[in-house]
Amino acid sequence: MSSQDTPEENLPAERAADEHGAVRVADEKDPFADPGLPPHEHRIQDIDERAAKRSERAVAFLFTLSMLATIGFIAAFVAIPKDEIVYIFPLGHISGLNFALGMTLGLALFCIGAGAVHWARTLMSDVEITDERHPIAAEPEVKAKVLADFKEGAQESGLGRRKLIRNTMFGALTLVPLSGIVLLRDLGPLPEDKLRHTLWSKGKLLVNMNTNEPLRPADVVVGSLTFAMPEGLEEHDHDFQNEIAKAALMIVRLQPDDIKDKQELAWSYEGIVAYSKICTHVGCPISLYEQQTHHVLCPCHQSTFDLSDGARVIFGPAGHALPQLRIGVNDEGYLEALSDFEEPVGPAFWERG
Amino acid sequence: MSTTTSTTDPRRKAPAGERVADWADGRLGIYSLAKTNMRKIFPDHWSFMLGEICLYSFLIIILTGVYLTLFFHPSMNEVEYHGSYIPLQGQLMSEAFASTLDISFDVRGGLLIRQIHHWAAIVFLAGMFVHMMRVFFTGAFRKPREINWMFGFLLFVLGMFTGFTGYSLPDDLLSGTGVRFTQGAILATPIVGTYISMFLFGGEFPGTDFVARFYSIHILLLPGIMLGLVVGHLILVWYHKHTQFAGPGKTNKNVVGMPLLPVYTAKAGGFFFLVFGFIAMVAGIASINPIWVLGPYRPDQVSTGAQPDWYMGFAEGLIRAMPGWEINLWGHTLVLGVFIPLVLFGLFLGVIALYPFIESWVTGDKREHHILDRPRNAPTRTAFGVAWVTSYMIMLIGGGNDIVATHFHLSINSVTWFVRIGFFVGPVIAFVVTKRICLGLQRRDRDKVLHGRESGIIKRLPHGEFIEVHEPLSQEALHTLTAHDQYQPAEIGPAVDENGVERKVNGTQKLRAKLSNAYFGEDNQIPKPTAEEYKEITSGHGHH
Repeated sequence: MSSQDTPEENLPAERAADEHGAVRVADEKDPFADPGLPPHEHRIQDIDERAAKRSERAVAFLFTLSMLATIGFIAAFVAIPKDEIVYIFPLGHISGLNFALGMTLGLALFCIGAGAVHWARTLMSDVEITDERHPIAAEPEVKAKVLADFKEGAQESGLGRRKLIRNTMFGALTLVPLSGIVLLRDLGPLPEDKLRHTLWSKGKLLVNMNTNEPLRPADVVVGSLTFAMPEGLEEHDHDFQNEIAKAALMIVRLQPDDIKDKQELAWSYEGIVAYSKICTHVGCPISLYEQQTHHVLCPCHQSTFDLSDGARVIFGPAGHALPQLRIGVNDEGYLEALSDFEEPVGPAFWERG
Repeated sequence: MSTTTSTTDPRRKAPAGERVADWADGRLGIYSLAKTNMRKIFPDHWSFMLGEICLYSFLIIILTGVYLTLFFHPSMNEVEYHGSYIPLQGQLMSEAFASTLDISFDVRGGLLIRQIHHWAAIVFLAGMFVHMMRVFFTGAFRKPREINWMFGFLLFVLGMFTGFTGYSLPDDLLSGTGVRFTQGAILATPIVGTYISMFLFGGEFPGTDFVARFYSIHILLLPGIMLGLVVGHLILVWYHKHTQFAGPGKTNKNVVGMPLLPVYTAKAGGFFFLVFGFIAMVAGIASINPIWVLGPYRPDQVSTGAQPDWYMGFAEGLIRAMPGWEINLWGHTLVLGVFIPLVLFGLFLGVIALYPFIESWVTGDKREHHILDRPRNAPTRTAFGVAWVTSYMIMLIGGGNDIVATHFHLSINSVTWFVRIGFFVGPVIAFVVTKRICLGLQRRDRDKVLHGRESGIIKRLPHGEFIEVHEPLSQEALHTLTAHDQYQPAEIGPAVDENGVERKVNGTQKLRAKLSNAYFGEDNQIPKPTAEEYKEITSGHGHH
């Protein structure tokens, strides 16, 4: 749209002068005129053959060093045992093989580069050369010819005239990628209500993650943070990772008087409360517990929850409280779940509601 | 064959090299290609090697990546580890993790190649970031190079995702946490989030598929696209010829520098070895992503101080700084606390991608630009760029708010609040300050041109006055300092036309005039000295 273009007079005008790319000669009228390329200044290597010889030796030395380094690399590969730990100041105790291979390979490569660059800088010609640029856009005649050719080709195809062919072709080309999309269907199952359920259900014992023993109330002392999983879940189970990703539980004991939230108190047992360990922000496992304030903190994005107040969010990017698991004690005195989580654990999603 | 050679003596055979070249020429036409390209001119400036660093680290990544595929098993089958790293023996882990341990401890040189691969990726992304800033601040993205800017931008974005899918492959505790974060972010997408997550992970997180899927994305899909873009990028650089800074003998119509053969070949080829050698040494000295310290991934475990690689840091910062907004309506949840950062991530990058088109719309300039701007001579652009970098950096701090808090003994809450406020205030301050610095530098250039260089020599005049002697600049320096274009702000024109009838001015034209004024208006650039001003000062009463 030409009305959108800046009028000519608003564009810098001086360009017109050197439209044809000629280097302007300094003149009295324009003190800022381009004086042209400055004369070439010789390097010491250009005028002193001994200096040039020195440079030659320096380049050859670098290339030789590279050869030696490659031999060193092979020697290190063969000679140094892969489990040897060496002390190198200031790096500390590190793998001797890795260090030796890295240094020799690095040196072998670096010296080739340094040699080539030194060669280019000191011995190859450093006379600057000027090349012309040509406008990228085609000349009007070329453009006219191309447009005419295109028109001719388009006419010969009859694409514009034979609408039936054109429309059915577009139809076919639009539909054919659908097969590709349909093929992706079996990448995974539909969500259904998978994110709403965990392995917890009424009567499932709370098993201590560290000892693999069912927990009794006496095992949970004030100020400690205990991680638990549902009974029957084994590390070797093929779906262990998926299940633990939802069922992981953290258990703390509070003084019942400290619990501010009524439902929390009702779902607890003698001050023992069980919350989902999976952060409601984006699903990191929460693992930092501040026993004085009863706050837990997710180490990934620092969402902070108050366990004495329904695990509501008190800081950070999480959007809602941690789900609580209703617990009690069974006839044998072990802690058990009284139901599954009432709401989905982990990050929020569109269907969560 | 000998009949086609150009030797003067028909009985003497041409040298072997020439005969090979003849053979190739008959099939590929190499002489015609070489005629225009062998002595192609490349201008020299230190900042032009930033792009080379990216290219070379990309090649290093491909070389080392191919090696790694020979030993890596992209499988999530759980196995018991029995390799030579004692602390993890007997542990359950995925084959991906176990084979990464094998590469690190049982394949000689495997650790080195792994570390070169990872370090090169970090250098690649850092190089692209700095290269992009170089192109931005010097205006090298202007016509005819806007498409190449887009190619570069795509490479940067794809590089980020290739890096992310790459460091997720070992299935270690840290990267698994990163994948979990990504899955949580995908879930936050309205309507389709849950479906995308189920399809990407083959069911619920983590499932047993993502390593194999990330693997084909990481080693085939993304690098394949990137390789194509790199080739396209180079072809365009070649075709447009390189930009150059203004200087004596350098015009918009020429290119001044060294020829491809031999100087540029030696320098650029040598530079590949310098970059490779440097990264190899770093990989020999500095450990990166020591997955054996982290252990295999378990969705119910995490380490403190979890950080993504630096280039994902600003996305991490967005997600950490955002307040946890959630809207529950009609049985659905809109997870703004995660979704807004996700959108901002795209918008933030998108703005810089589209910038060339915004600027060319504001200036209305349709000419080719091959002479680079000094950043000071485009104050508004420079200020915008610095503002962008400022928010990027503030978000990078936000992405490491826990590290900042523990290292500097600050409260995590105050660091987060600093980031939240800084994200909005920081760029504004940076914009204003940068613009003032640019204008100040323009004034200094103007003074230098008109009054010469401060020589530091104090002279006492006969009547006792002390003056500092200013040396006039050389013609070269005068030309260099005044060679830049200065636009005049676009004007909408009078509100009524010559017949007194109200002119219709649409909103976009008004916006353009406003922007144009913000770029080139009276207070937004210092008029460069004119020849008349210069003559008046120099011809009159000496320089002072």
